[in-house]
Amino acid sequence: MSKSLNFLLPGLGGAGLACGLAVASMYHNSGEARIALLEERLAQVEGHETSARKLAKEEAARATSLEAKVQEVQAAAAERIATGVNLTAPAPVPDGTLGIGRVAQAEEIAAWDVDVLPDGRGLPQGTGNAFDGEEIFADRCASCHGDFAEGVDNWPVLAGGFDTLGDKDPVKTVGSYWPHLSTVYDYVYRSMPFGEAGTLTPDETYAIVAYILYSNDLIDDEFELTHENLGAFEMHNKDGFIVDDRIAREHSAWRAAPCMENCKEETRVTMRSVFLVGTPPEGGTESVMNTATAEGLPSFTAEGPSFIPAAAPKAEEDAQAAPAPEEDQAADEGTQLAAAGEKVFRKCKACHEVGAGAKNKSGPQLNGLLGRTMGAVDGFAYSKAFQAAFEEGRIWDEDALAAFLAKPKGFMKGTKMLFSGLRKEADVTAITEYLKTATE
Amino acid sequence: MDEMFKPSRRAFLRGSAAAAAGTVAGAASAAGPDPLITELQDWASGLGVGVDETPYGLPIEFESDVVRRNVEWLTASPISSINFTPIHALEGTITPQGCAFERHHSGAIELRKEDYRLMINGLVDTPLVFTYADLERFPRENHVYFCECAANTGMEWAGAQLNGVQFTHGMIHNMEYTGVPLRALLNEAGLNAAGDLKDKWVYVEGADASSNGRSIPMEKALDDVLVAFKANGEALRMEHGYPARLVVPGWEGNMWVKWIRRIEVTDAAVESREETSKYTDVYEDGTARKWTWVMDAKSVITSPSPQMPITHGQGPLVISGLAWSGHGQITRVDVSKDGGITWQTARLGKQGDTKALTRFYLDTVWDGAPMLLQARAMDETGYVQPTKEQLRAARGENSVYHNNCIQTWYVNAEGVAENVEVS
Ligand code: HEC
Ligand code: HEC
Repeated sequence: MSKSLNFLLPGLGGAGLACGLAVASMYHNSGEARIALLEERLAQVEGHETSARKLAKEEAARATSLEAKVQEVQAAAAERIATGVNLTAPAPVPDGTLGIGRVAQAEEIAAWDVDVLPDGRGLPQGTGNAFDGEEIFADRCASCHGDFAEGVDNWPVLAGGFDTLGDKDPVKTVGSYWPHLSTVYDYVYRSMPFGEAGTLTPDETYAIVAYILYSNDLIDDEFELTHENLGAFEMHNKDGFIVDDRIAREHSAWRAAPCMENCKEETRVTMRSVFLVGTPPEGGTESVMNTATAEGLPSFTAEGPSFIPAAAPKAEEDAQAAPAPEEDQAADEGTQLAAAGEKVFRKCKACHEVGAGAKNKSGPQLNGLLGRTMGAVDGFAYSKAFQAAFEEGRIWDEDALAAFLAKPKGFMKGTKMLFSGLRKEADVTAITEYLKTATE
Repeated sequence: MDEMFKPSRRAFLRGSAAAAAGTVAGAASAAGPDPLITELQDWASGLGVGVDETPYGLPIEFESDVVRRNVEWLTASPISSINFTPIHALEGTITPQGCAFERHHSGAIELRKEDYRLMINGLVDTPLVFTYADLERFPRENHVYFCECAANTGMEWAGAQLNGVQFTHGMIHNMEYTGVPLRALLNEAGLNAAGDLKDKWVYVEGADASSNGRSIPMEKALDDVLVAFKANGEALRMEHGYPARLVVPGWEGNMWVKWIRRIEVTDAAVESREETSKYTDVYEDGTARKWTWVMDAKSVITSPSPQMPITHGQGPLVISGLAWSGHGQITRVDVSKDGGITWQTARLGKQGDTKALTRFYLDTVWDGAPMLLQARAMDETGYVQPTKEQLRAARGENSVYHNNCIQTWYVNAEGVAENVEVS
């Protein structure tokens, strides 16, 4: 700040002078008779200049004192940094206890403390086998993880992938990757099924864990898994893990003073972004494959780029501009609403398809939904609740759909659609419109 | 400091600034008088909005593009998914809560303070239950820390993937937390029953359906871990674990358990799903590293970047970016404009914060030629942020997590930036 003041000051003086001279020359051109006046003006200009220089000197002095002040502040800041910039002193830790909180009761601890250690400590009493597990798995897990734990769509794969860990895209499953069986019990019992966590009994969990092992060809279907043998079960990848050794292996090598100049002779772009990511105003993203290649881009040396390309590839702008014209054309409200509904449908896409060639995923396809009997898609394994609705011949109309989408489990008690509901009424209206048009 | 801004050349710059001004777009070069100045504007004549119009203020509508965004196809369901902080459009270091990235394993839950319970059990003298109000009676501390998902930049192991710093580096936020040191809570329950603390652990889990259990070595638990209930001065947002979450400074975000409900002192790591199946790093030969908790030093240029092209043409340019290290303070950041051939040391916005975001700047002049922009951070241990090549040589390309490579943006002559990889 003070420095730039210094630089500006001489400049200001000069500008004043130049400006005065310009005024003077104008008068000179207007006629010889005004020489007297011109001289007077020149004297004035000189006067201005002197006072400008005086001013400049004063300001320079002020700048110097400002600079001194800045230095003072900077020194103080540096000192603060050196002595640490903790906002608060550490909270005191009392010698004894503070007497806050109350004693946890045994039932409370039993309810929450269900984690299982690798050696099996923490397992509740129980037993199960793959034969029983298959049925429970089909009922409670297969809609996302597949009948054989092979995974549906994007949902996690739980079986297979052996001998792929060294490949470019390793398939990390319970069978190929997990080092301890305790983890499978611990996780399934506590966190699955997704959306209905904590509802499995210990025996059901042992049976499911046995079924996952069976799907991985690690046991036969008669093997009884119990709290006694689970901890000792040896997983395929039990020796596949080492403890973090980055400090020894990487940090020691990456502490050298870094290169600052001529660090390499030449460098060039070897790969361009695979996806261009559009950021539409309504939120989310729209990814498009980038068609541009690294060819035609300059290489770089210490002298800079090898050449300046004439025009940059326009791919990104196109990607961002692409959706716009569609929206402009969308003249009538219905189409606009349906377009909004298509965005909302992203929330459903993980489980549902709609439109030409729509198939069942973990949820049924939704073609021609309005007017359709509930639970009517062939080949989809509905819950008992939807099977009953089908028997009763209940039909999907706009009101029923709105109620269902707002609170699936409130409208259809016992549904296995694990979706918490659409909170905004506008979203429900939009998606209904979309479902109407998407199947036409 | 940038070559062009060395004091000796400043006078020259000032002198030529006037000549250059004519080429700079914008108000300064308007052909006629600027009507925004010469004509009476509505906002300068009528009245604005009264107080209380929005009792809790949101950003003005013109900033409505500065939001978290997800990339839908990355995960099966938005309930178990991730979105990204718009770091391209933020400045300074503090992340506003409303646009700080979210990562849930079974959705964000609504948990009232009145319904909140925190249990401490396991190898403690007295197992305890605390209410939310109890937490506010312990001596508390304030600290600014970054929280980075271990998978931040994870897509980029496979090469340049997503075009935008929001998507390559946006699984990070930086807030000022108010909370109780975990050591105070453990002290309250008493650790005599645990005996030698050297090989002990605390296992932490959340109240949501995923429960997201993680094991933390006792040494860290007694060091700087907090049970936090405020961020940036106000209550945590639902999506960040209201009413209380764990803060594990410098360590991967998955360990910062949200809606924390239980802390158990154990004599072994639980090796839960989140520390075996996930958050482990597979190397080229198929073996995997576990317990890779610390986030190594990393930096990235946030502007210019794909979402922040240079729109002002040649002339003065501020290159702005973020640097952080889970090992402590950032001591230096270097910036290259030619893909790593030549480096210049950047100016740090504020030095001395530990395990927190540090802002850096390179105040430079753009001559309109294409650039390959890179930033390289160093932390207080002397560690230098590695190149992609170095990381791949050390680990292969099969990892998902802990990618702290040097990022490159190709900026073309129009000022448009793209995520690229360089030789
Ligand atoms: C509605 C879909 C759905 C259902 C039904 C479901 N899961 Fe899952 N499962 C998921 C999702 C999503 C994840 C990943 C969660 C996350 O991101 O943390 C998962 C993760 C898992 C994992 C860990 C996978 C890994 O590689 O880390 C296992 C094991 C698992 N589920 C088992 C089960 C079992 C057993 C059942 C039935 C009792 C079940 N799941 C039911 C969706 C489902
Ligand atoms: C996590 C997966 C999942 C998500 C997300 C999901 N659904 Fe479903 N949906 C299902 C399943 C499974 C069923 C079958 C329910 C049953 O049998 O109880 C279903 C059933 C339905 C039905 C009844 C179909 C029929 O044939 O009667 C409709 C309508 C529906 N879903 C609409 C939606 C819409 C609209 C969304 C998004 C707003 C959505 N679903 C989100 C899994 C899902």
